[in-house]
Amino acid sequence: MMSAASTKKVDEIEFGLLAPEDIRKMSVAQIVVADTYDEDGYPIESGIMDPRLGVIDPGQRCRTCGNRVGNCPGHFGHIELARPVMHEGYAKVIYKVLRATCRECNRLLLSEEEIEHYEKLFKRYPEIGQKTANLSKEILKRGNKAKNCPHCEAEQFKIKLEKPTSIYEISEAGSVRLTPIDVRARLENIPDDDFRLMGINAQAARLEWAILTVLPVPPVTVRPSITLESGVRSEDDLSHKLIDIIRINQRLRENLDAGAPQLIVEDLWELLQYHVTTYFDNGVSGIPPARHRSGRALRTLAQRLKGKEGRFRSNLSGKRVDFSARTVISPDPNLSMNEVGVPEEIARILTIPQRATEWNMDKMKELVIRGPDRHPGANYLIRTDGRRVDLRFVKDRTTIAETIEPGFVVERHLDSGDIVLFNRQPSLHRMSIMAHEVRVMPYRTFRLSLFVCPPYNADFDGDEMNLHVPQSEEARAEARVLMRVQEQILSPRYGGPIIGALQDYISAAFLLTRKSSLFTLNQVNQLTATAKFEGELPEPAIKAPVQLWTGKQIFSMFIPEGINISFKANICRKCKVCKMEDCEYDAYVVVRNGELEFGVVDEKAFGAGEPDSLFHRIIKEKGSTAGRNFMDSVGRLLVRLITDRGFSMGLDDVTLPKEASRRIKIILEEADKKVNQLIETYKRGELDPNPGQTLLETVEQRIMATLAEARDSAGEVAGEHLGLENSAVIMAQTGARGSRLNLSQMAAVVGQQAVRGERISRGYIGRTLPHFERGDLGARARGFVTSSYKSGLDPIEYWFHAAGGREGLVDTAVRTSTSGYMQRRLMTALQDLKVESDGTVRTAPGRIVQFRFGDDGVDPSKSDHGRSVNIDIAIEKVLGKSRMK
Amino acid sequence: MAKSDIEKYMEKRFNKMKAERRLPPRVIGELEEKLSEYGEITENEFNTICDNVVESYERSQVEPGEAVGTVAAQSIGEPGTQMTLRTFHYAGVAELSVTQGLPRLIEIVDARNNPSTPTMKVHLIPDIAGDRNEAKKIARNIEMVLVESVASNVSIDLLRQAIDIRLDPELMEDKDLTVEHVAEAIQAKIKNKGEVEPSENVIFVYPTNETLTELQRLSEKIREVRVKGISDVTHVVIRKEGDEYVLYTEGSNLEDALEIEGIDPNRVHTNNLREIYHVLGIEATRNAIIKEAMSVLNEQGMDVDVRHIILVADMMTADGSIQQIGRHGISGAKQSTLARAAFEVTIKHLLGAGIAGTKDPLRGITENVILGQLIPLGTGAIDLLMSPHVSPKEE
Repeated sequence: MMSAASTKKVDEIEFGLLAPEDIRKMSVAQIVVADTYDEDGYPIESGIMDPRLGVIDPGQRCRTCGNRVGNCPGHFGHIELARPVMHEGYAKVIYKVLRATCRECNRLLLSEEEIEHYEKLFKRYPEIGQKTANLSKEILKRGNKAKNCPHCEAEQFKIKLEKPTSIYEISEAGSVRLTPIDVRARLENIPDDDFRLMGINAQAARLEWAILTVLPVPPVTVRPSITLESGVRSEDDLSHKLIDIIRINQRLRENLDAGAPQLIVEDLWELLQYHVTTYFDNGVSGIPPARHRSGRALRTLAQRLKGKEGRFRSNLSGKRVDFSARTVISPDPNLSMNEVGVPEEIARILTIPQRATEWNMDKMKELVIRGPDRHPGANYLIRTDGRRVDLRFVKDRTTIAETIEPGFVVERHLDSGDIVLFNRQPSLHRMSIMAHEVRVMPYRTFRLSLFVCPPYNADFDGDEMNLHVPQSEEARAEARVLMRVQEQILSPRYGGPIIGALQDYISAAFLLTRKSSLFTLNQVNQLTATAKFEGELPEPAIKAPVQLWTGKQIFSMFIPEGINISFKANICRKCKVCKMEDCEYDAYVVVRNGELEFGVVDEKAFGAGEPDSLFHRIIKEKGSTAGRNFMDSVGRLLVRLITDRGFSMGLDDVTLPKEASRRIKIILEEADKKVNQLIETYKRGELDPNPGQTLLETVEQRIMATLAEARDSAGEVAGEHLGLENSAVIMAQTGARGSRLNLSQMAAVVGQQAVRGERISRGYIGRTLPHFERGDLGARARGFVTSSYKSGLDPIEYWFHAAGGREGLVDTAVRTSTSGYMQRRLMTALQDLKVESDGTVRTAPGRIVQFRFGDDGVDPSKSDHGRSVNIDIAIEKVLGKSRMK
Repeated sequence: MAKSDIEKYMEKRFNKMKAERRLPPRVIGELEEKLSEYGEITENEFNTICDNVVESYERSQVEPGEAVGTVAAQSIGEPGTQMTLRTFHYAGVAELSVTQGLPRLIEIVDARNNPSTPTMKVHLIPDIAGDRNEAKKIARNIEMVLVESVASNVSIDLLRQAIDIRLDPELMEDKDLTVEHVAEAIQAKIKNKGEVEPSENVIFVYPTNETLTELQRLSEKIREVRVKGISDVTHVVIRKEGDEYVLYTEGSNLEDALEIEGIDPNRVHTNNLREIYHVLGIEATRNAIIKEAMSVLNEQGMDVDVRHIILVADMMTADGSIQQIGRHGISGAKQSTLARAAFEVTIKHLLGAGIAGTKDPLRGITENVILGQLIPLGTGAIDLLMSPHVSPKEE
């Protein structure tokens, strides 16, 4: 594998048709018997499974090439057709060519001058980057217009194509069917040059070859028969179709030889045409598809290639691979974002080929001795002569280990520190496949750091992920340098970190860094030790009576020196006038030279997908390794903190005092009254419609607005009674999870349920449910839920809630497919674009699309949230912020 | 105030940088502006800043071989999974509904001939922009008024052998129309096929050919006659934005809208890309694609770098006409048979290649994946050659 690796490269593929002579020449057997195996189960000579066509049964040797299964590529046979038949896919081309050529002299129906003119254009077009295909279309059209042949003056008749394969010539005398023999005779006479003008390359494909006189029979390897458990052989669809063709072909031949009446011959000929047509494509419109005995339509040649499950998309554009694994994922907060926990069971199966050298000889020997069953071991040994030793079947591994010399390759187990690719479908962006370092672990799931959940879009409700082991040194180097998680922190989509803290990390960071958090020496030691902090502790903020450190101090220990940034935290109340550093909520974050001086750390500081954050600055200023270290250590610290402190949310967190519930009830009752008033005015016809809307739309809109307002003010009331000590509030405010809306739905009121952006209005005639009167437009009758999730929904509310919830589900289902198709199209349209060494963006054939990518040549993933240069930072670095006017 | 030495020096270096074109103008502009916010600055400090900026710009350049197309496709496609599927109402203008989110994005990359909700945004010339009455007047000139939309009834009077059009005086007043106006418009449309006779709020049309079928046919035609405004614009909404009035239309007709008096022809927007292509040309279309796609993504709260969208827009407009992203556009026009066959309509492409004797030069991605070869992108686009015979130099 490593030594004489072939470096041959295909650099061009030519397409064309097979000439009848070519088909005969490449054939190893003429097939005449419409049968497969004899009573003894041996393939019949000259039958459809002729042994010369290749081997499919293990143990046998090929009669043609002498190879066994797997090495014998299979060999073509051929069928001599008693009468020629048309290739269905080319019927249209044949029809067009016949229209444009003379029925007598078979020349193109254009005058010599015209031909000369087009010849010139044919030379010119490629020079000016035009397609000659368009010219050919024009020529075929013009040729059709001639009434008489410009060459031999013969009168031309109208040609008609009756789909799929019948061609008629209509003269005054009536319409005559042109048999494939007639058509072939005409096509044979057309000169190569005329073909060229009609867009047919006669060197690659003479059109008469599309009228088949000989049919190639694909090798048995292409259509293997399967033996069922009962021992009954079941043939491939293609074989079935070939049997049909041979049977009819033989009958036709016998009838011809016997001089049967024309009518019978024609019927059989037509039947042969049908079988050949469906053999090529069983989905041709105009004829019934050929069916299997069971009634299932046969999957013939075209069906094998077409569509998502066809050869192209499922076997050629996408391939199955070795050295891969898949299992359920689960979280491990102690892992670095760069790592992945791999179960030992998997590590014992996946291998890495490692060449034995003088320097690693002892290690290699030991691995071989440990063998395939003990973890850091090896599964195979490949000798210098290319022989492969399966260590499972080696009795005495110690002796074989002794034979190892430099140049042997040991396929050793995957081990901690190896680099692997990790992937979760759907692979929507490049961060869906990233390189991780292996950590071999017990149990049976892949373990991953929570920081990589956002790029993979992974959670742990049963998600599975795939792992691939690169096998070559180049692949491993590329994976390590380009694909490692830490190199992917900054998304090319917007030039900001896509990896970052989420959920409890954010809550914990808030709890750590808020003003009231103070820690004793012991606590500080525990926290920093978990984070593997090495270095001096800062001076405690409070020295007496006991030494106490603030959370901000602890957090600052992990921010690299020289980081300066200020921004508003997620908990910011968006006051009219920002008090900056003096913010009473501690929502204005200031980091000076790596010290968190003001503000709390929350989603805005290091959350996933949060550009211009503290984390973003660290990566930009100090590099991805510093960024990864920061996140990993802070992550461990925060997990320790929140496990020690505890953090939970329960019913208590959404329980409101009686007073508040009463106020909410009043708000809702008033809203209901208002809605009823609106309905009254509407029914009296006194409502002014909004411009461009009907009366009904207007009243609906007003009702929706009224109810939304009521829900909001109810939420506000709830908010007043849920303080910042409330876990749910902490999560919502810091951006860890949930929103204030979620909270008020739990505590106060769920609110209006909507389907397609409108209040729920359908169900029964004039009403949503039989519990209401017809035409009731009231809040409750149209899906307004006054209960809260905590108090519970009554049956009617529950019904509406389910209706509204279902819409979301349907929406997601539809969206994934439409957006998936859009992405596939974008991908195929853009995938060939590449930045060349001169900075231009070109397509595969070299056409320039952009002179500089994005007009300024900036790589979005290297940009600073879209900016090529962050000028503020550039100036601040030299001048410092203090010198601003 | 005389310019100090340092100011002169700064100006000199800025000019030099502009001439050298090592930085995009916008970056230089921003640097100039931001530096002016600071006080005294030494020549040394200034030079360091400039050098840092240039260095940092050059470090952010794309590397040769980068698969920018793939990254752009991913960057637009991935947020697509998070976008809404529904049509929402236009920001602020409740009565105009505009396709948004994923359907609109698909419409843009499809380069559809007719967007599902065409709209225009028309600004007025600055002199009258603040005048509500002027805005109303112009809006009336833009909004298409059909006979049937001002008529209370269009019927066939069999006694008179005429078509009887009853006009609604209130509607006429609202649209600022007279009976004569309507009559003229009808006459212009039917030409000599009949005679139009206007009277008080009623118009009779006497067709030349007095058969019943002709009457019926003509009455249908008359209903659809455009009396006023520009065709395809069915509704106009006036909104105040800042201190000027802006017209939003339902339906779009850029060509005719530009002719309306009182509008600012430099500030007429439409979301119909084809129309922009026909009226203003391909460069304008490119810009419109970028603007439209960006606003769709931003409105959905998706943070996507413009450069990705610029690439898509450039790809769609590279050959001078708008090309769709898909089978009938870019992907269908690829030169590689294998790439086309792997996308859609496999059989057609393979048969076509067979008869034309096509040669596939295998320069694209799909083709090389199919053959199991290195793809000509990224690390596969370069070769590293090493001579194994050269021994390391001895010290």
